[in-house]
Amino acid sequence: MMGFQVVVLWSDMLIWLLVAAGIGVGVLVAKTPPLLAAWRRVGANRVGMASATVLLAFIAIGLLDSLHFRLQLDGKPGQKASYAIEVLSVLDVLAAPLRLRNEKTYSEPFATRLYAKETIDLPGGETLRDYPRLKHGGRHLGEREGEVAADAGMTAFRVGVLALLGWLALATAVSALVGRGDTVAVDASGWQKIWRGENAFAWNAVLLTLGLMLLIVVPLFWLAGQYHVFGTDKVGQDVLYQVLKSVRTGLIIGLVTTLVMLPMAVLLGIVAGYFRGWIDDMIQYIYTVLNSIPGVLLIAAAVLMMQVVIDTHPQWFSTAAERADLRLLALCFILGITSWTGLCRLLRGETLKLRELEYIQAAQAFGVSSWRIVVRHILPNLMHIVIIALVMDFSGLVLAEAVLSYVGIGVDPTMISFGTMINSARMELGREPVVWWSLAAAFTTMFILVLAANLFADAVRDAFDPRAA
Amino acid sequence: MLAYIVRRLLYAIPILIGVNLLTFALFFVVNTPDDMARMQLGVKRVTPEAIEKWKVERGYDRPLLINSAAKGLSTVTDTIFFQKSARMFVGDFGRAEDGRDIAREIGARMGPSLAIALPTFILGLFVTVSFALTLAFFRATAFDFWGVVLCVAMMSISGLFYIIGGQFLISKVWRLVPISGYADGIDAWRFLLLPVFIGVISGIGSSTRWYRTIFLEEVNKDYVRTARAKGLPETVVFFRHVLRNALIPILTGVVVVIPLLFMGSLLTESFFGVPGLGSYTIDAINAQDFAVVRSMVFIGSVLYIVGLILTDISYTVVDPRIRFE
Amino acid sequence: MLEVTKLRLGFAAGKKMLVAVDGISFAISKGETFALLGESGCGKSATAQGIMRLLPAAGRITGGSIKLEGGELLTLAEADMRQVRGARIAMIFQEPATSLNPVLTVGVQIGEVLDRHCDLRGEPARQRMLELLRQVGIADPERRLDEYPFQFSGGMKQRVMIAIALAGEPDLLIADEPTTALDVTVQAQILDLLAQLQRERGMGMLLITHDLGVVAKMAHRIGVMYAGELVEVADREEFFTRPQHPYTQALFAALPEVSRRGMALTTIPGQVPSLAAMPAGCRFADRCAHVMPVCRESAPDWRSVAASHALRCYWSGGATATADNTPRIGLGHLIPEMAPFLDVVDLKVHFPIRRGILQRTVGQVLAVDGVSLAISAGRTLALVGESGCGKTTVGKALLQLVNTTSGSVRLGGSELVGMQGKRLRAARRHMQMVFQDPFASLNPRLRVGEIIAEGMSALGLESDGATRGRAVAALLKQVGLPDEAAGRYPHEFSGGQRQRIAIARALAVQPELLICDEPTSALDVSVQAQILNLLKKLQEELGVAYLFITHNFAVVEYLANDVAVMYLGRIVERGSAQEVLRSPKHPYTQALLSAVPVPRLDAPSAAIRLPGETPSPANPPAGCHFHPRCPQAMDVCRQRYPESTGVSATHTVNCYLVG
Repeated sequence: MMGFQVVVLWSDMLIWLLVAAGIGVGVLVAKTPPLLAAWRRVGANRVGMASATVLLAFIAIGLLDSLHFRLQLDGKPGQKASYAIEVLSVLDVLAAPLRLRNEKTYSEPFATRLYAKETIDLPGGETLRDYPRLKHGGRHLGEREGEVAADAGMTAFRVGVLALLGWLALATAVSALVGRGDTVAVDASGWQKIWRGENAFAWNAVLLTLGLMLLIVVPLFWLAGQYHVFGTDKVGQDVLYQVLKSVRTGLIIGLVTTLVMLPMAVLLGIVAGYFRGWIDDMIQYIYTVLNSIPGVLLIAAAVLMMQVVIDTHPQWFSTAAERADLRLLALCFILGITSWTGLCRLLRGETLKLRELEYIQAAQAFGVSSWRIVVRHILPNLMHIVIIALVMDFSGLVLAEAVLSYVGIGVDPTMISFGTMINSARMELGREPVVWWSLAAAFTTMFILVLAANLFADAVRDAFDPRAA
Repeated sequence: MLAYIVRRLLYAIPILIGVNLLTFALFFVVNTPDDMARMQLGVKRVTPEAIEKWKVERGYDRPLLINSAAKGLSTVTDTIFFQKSARMFVGDFGRAEDGRDIAREIGARMGPSLAIALPTFILGLFVTVSFALTLAFFRATAFDFWGVVLCVAMMSISGLFYIIGGQFLISKVWRLVPISGYADGIDAWRFLLLPVFIGVISGIGSSTRWYRTIFLEEVNKDYVRTARAKGLPETVVFFRHVLRNALIPILTGVVVVIPLLFMGSLLTESFFGVPGLGSYTIDAINAQDFAVVRSMVFIGSVLYIVGLILTDISYTVVDPRIRFE
Repeated sequence: MLEVTKLRLGFAAGKKMLVAVDGISFAISKGETFALLGESGCGKSATAQGIMRLLPAAGRITGGSIKLEGGELLTLAEADMRQVRGARIAMIFQEPATSLNPVLTVGVQIGEVLDRHCDLRGEPARQRMLELLRQVGIADPERRLDEYPFQFSGGMKQRVMIAIALAGEPDLLIADEPTTALDVTVQAQILDLLAQLQRERGMGMLLITHDLGVVAKMAHRIGVMYAGELVEVADREEFFTRPQHPYTQALFAALPEVSRRGMALTTIPGQVPSLAAMPAGCRFADRCAHVMPVCRESAPDWRSVAASHALRCYWSGGATATADNTPRIGLGHLIPEMAPFLDVVDLKVHFPIRRGILQRTVGQVLAVDGVSLAISAGRTLALVGESGCGKTTVGKALLQLVNTTSGSVRLGGSELVGMQGKRLRAARRHMQMVFQDPFASLNPRLRVGEIIAEGMSALGLESDGATRGRAVAALLKQVGLPDEAAGRYPHEFSGGQRQRIAIARALAVQPELLICDEPTSALDVSVQAQILNLLKKLQEELGVAYLFITHNFAVVEYLANDVAVMYLGRIVERGSAQEVLRSPKHPYTQALLSAVPVPRLDAPSAAIRLPGETPSPANPPAGCHFHPRCPQAMDVCRQRYPESTGVSATHTVNCYLVG
């Protein structure tokens, strides 16, 4: 049994904090009928629930990748335990085959040979220029290299059937659960109700999405044990593994950034709108100044300065992972500081409207203190804007990460993210023949994540916007 | 109305000062010039002498805000703040790491930036507004529904994909236009075609959706009902009544970016190898040329503030309520 | 001319169709005004939009026919229907402020109609527009034609709307609550204008309104709508002398007026059924005082009671005065006047106007400019005035919700102006406010119980949870709401019920004075009656005094002991209700009273009509504020503001005509 030492990176802490906060908010929502009603509307939205299912899958990957530890090195007994310098996550362990089975350099998806010709030493002392066999990809085939399609197809089919069976079991369980809900309607079983979309919750969309996901993901990962399903990159790393690792980076950028800016935007927005006067002037001045600097340039300047700080203080970080992590967090902060102004302005405007409402004046007539009015009357009535802004920003931030990392002012170059993947792969488009799989994998995954986020954001907005209700 | 514009102009001054102070703090207070020198020189080659030399070469050897060694006015002027930050107000940006004058470089690079950004902006505005108008005109039909689906899909695609995909398909596979590069004068059109096209396409998703929302909001207003009650055809209702009103919120978002067109686009220019301000900035970021980045931040803010003022002026043109106040 | 038969229309909600108008039939002949009368949500506006075929996106016409001079409108192609709209049928709407396009000049907006329907362009069109503006009583039309809507006042905008409607020379004019958003003196002008134009042109007019007074003034025939159906149709004479349907009778009986002082108003229990849950049989059955078993089984058919009078009702009891057997309540006016409990002297509230480059204060909006009034315990003072006269600001200034510029507000002997912190909070216990809009005055995110308890906790009353819960329950009972309301959220209640909650909230701290800011103006007549009854009952039980801020004279007559009339930030006349309402001395009070449309046939015909509208309080006219509109203005009025003159011990007037 190998020992290990738990490593809690700052970003892990924040992301689990977010999970905790999410659960807390969930409990709170369950106790407040108006909020619950709004979330029920989200739950009834088929597109919204389908995209939420996809998002949850991404979040699960991200969370698995946020439990970090260092393995104990083999040492002599009695010696003080020493730990590997490399920080691993639970995801790394689960995806160990992907992580460890590196090739020499590029290889196409489902390839059995490298993408570049090399000089191979033949036993007779001769040399031959050919595409060498991969060390891992398709090794089980032995000499039957030509049967990749048949082999992979057959495996995919078999596993797909397995996935289908799994899904059926799941669906049956859910139907039983839904059917148990009310015993009155004997004519419609839970299954029928789900199928006809008669539940308050869009189970049909969730199950359908889940089914599709299982059908694609399970065979894909099964095959990933035998092939490099998305190919390998320049240093021979499996692209599927890179994609999986990128998810966490995207999630952290998308979620932690809003977490950073939220308190500031909410506090300053409400304060400016409610108290007006010179406080309002001050806050408006601050955000106009920040707003005046074009976002990318401000980020570029701040990131450059952060780099200087990090590079001139190498003693602060014990591992490379820690350094990359702190840089990621710093990026979140910078993005947060440059992006709070929009929400702040929105909340200020809404507060200005709210404070003229009669229920606020009624509270003032009772002499309720300003802070109590803000907390009891204004904040709850701004919540829908905050929630909408939160989900709407997510997709933009994920896209922004890619661009910023590409420009060189994003995450640490050693950290795997969509941006760094694209950055390192895009020069290879110029090669002949083209190396396309890294880019394709990164863009497709990002597209699915962002599309799901956008659709979910739309569902949330429709449910929370008072004009829509 | 004149007082209104003058007031907006005066309001710009404290904001510019704020921006200037902010950039100063960011570039000289967060990290001292010593830190920057260490970074630039590389940690290995650092000696106190090398650092000092680096600072003197760039004029970073002065005190930050107050030079107590100097006399008279130069206690204030012979400082980093005055030399490096305050002088930006008069267009003195100093020299880049390669020794060239930044102000001159900026002047030379504005042209190519504008050559791409302006057509992209105009064409993009035209395409998205017409598309949004069409969607709003056919609201609540299948056309509208699929149009919105298309928009959401398009805005979920990374901007990098549009560029890389476009370059790959159009330049590399189809060989229609050069993949990158730039030429001065009339020959530039061959190089402009692709970046402009890609710029327009990548903006369609989010802009169209936003404009459509604005149009739909106007369509539900009372005055539209009045216009219909007059027996006006739907096209007249749309083009004379709805469009005119929807223009007001659209203008706010659009006019403000017009001056920023001079800055070019970081991504487009670096991908297409256009010698504009965008690629200048990217190169400076990669080379960690602080002086250039600092100048670009300041110029960007100035242009943004000009945009704000232009927005205010454009309001007085389209909105009679402000014109006559 | 217009013949509507069995018109059915509804709104699609998901897969269901909610029927908003269910088979109504009526006809309008040339030169006739047909009024559709009903409370909110009864389908009268939907009917009008249906006739124009301008229903909102979700609306569908599901059956019936609409014939205009014999030609069917429902089968017309959309292009042909556009030839009808604006040319043969024109429409004016309730909100003149939003019904005109803000970025087009008035000339363009009128010109569109001329261009489309009369083929007039250029100079002839301009001449025609000038003529139209003159007809609707807009002075200086040459200049006004090139102005934008925001440069017009509310009444003027409505005149422009009428000019647009007239431009196509329509045979039929549909007026959808044309004066509801306007002040009473402006309403009188607009109604006169509409009546005059109709007479001159011999137009048919479909007037949609909820106001029996407007009906009495304008209509030739009246159709009463309830829950999407017409329930009674009668000509004017019959309608006002012999209303037959229990609903119509209840509407009349629910009106507050002077003859009902000291009596409870008749109310209609319950509320209009929702579109989704229409009862079978007669739709009014659940709320009807004369309901019979047959009413619930099948809907009654039309039945004629006179040549021009038909109704749908099984009950044939005829017209009985239902008000006779109602209990007398609200003896507030019998309480002798004691020393004033609230004493306001020379209260001023000015808001600065900032302009120019440096946003300097260049002027003041004199919202309240020297108001003095006094209220004694257990009495009701009505503060009456048109919109913008500063009456709401007075209410807020009393509660110290806005900063007073100068003056004094003494409550039970202690000065409130300038009071701070704890002492102010303690003083607020004695005075509370009920607001106008029952939908904006309750926080949607709090439970009713929490809303009511808020004042108690803020002022440190009933600190422990259990007693507070009991107090909330007692308050709910007092305002006539069930106990379990405390656990529910505001959106589950109707407008009237919300106003009850707001009253309970104010009463929670046991104030001696309740400032009621137009508490019933957003409510339907039958609901208004419930609230007025409640207020009277509470006054009798608790001895609470009311400052009743309103523009509605009927409510004043019914409720008030004393009346103060405000114009442009100042009180122009005050006295007991009897004095001010029966023998008004100030020309403004006289004009206001005569402008109120009375829901009777014997309304005085020679009414005083005020020209123009209330000027801006930022720039009040020199001398007497009222002189530019006063029919009896003299030279002295233009120079100095008149001092207040006593007519009797309690009655004072600020006018040179008196004394």
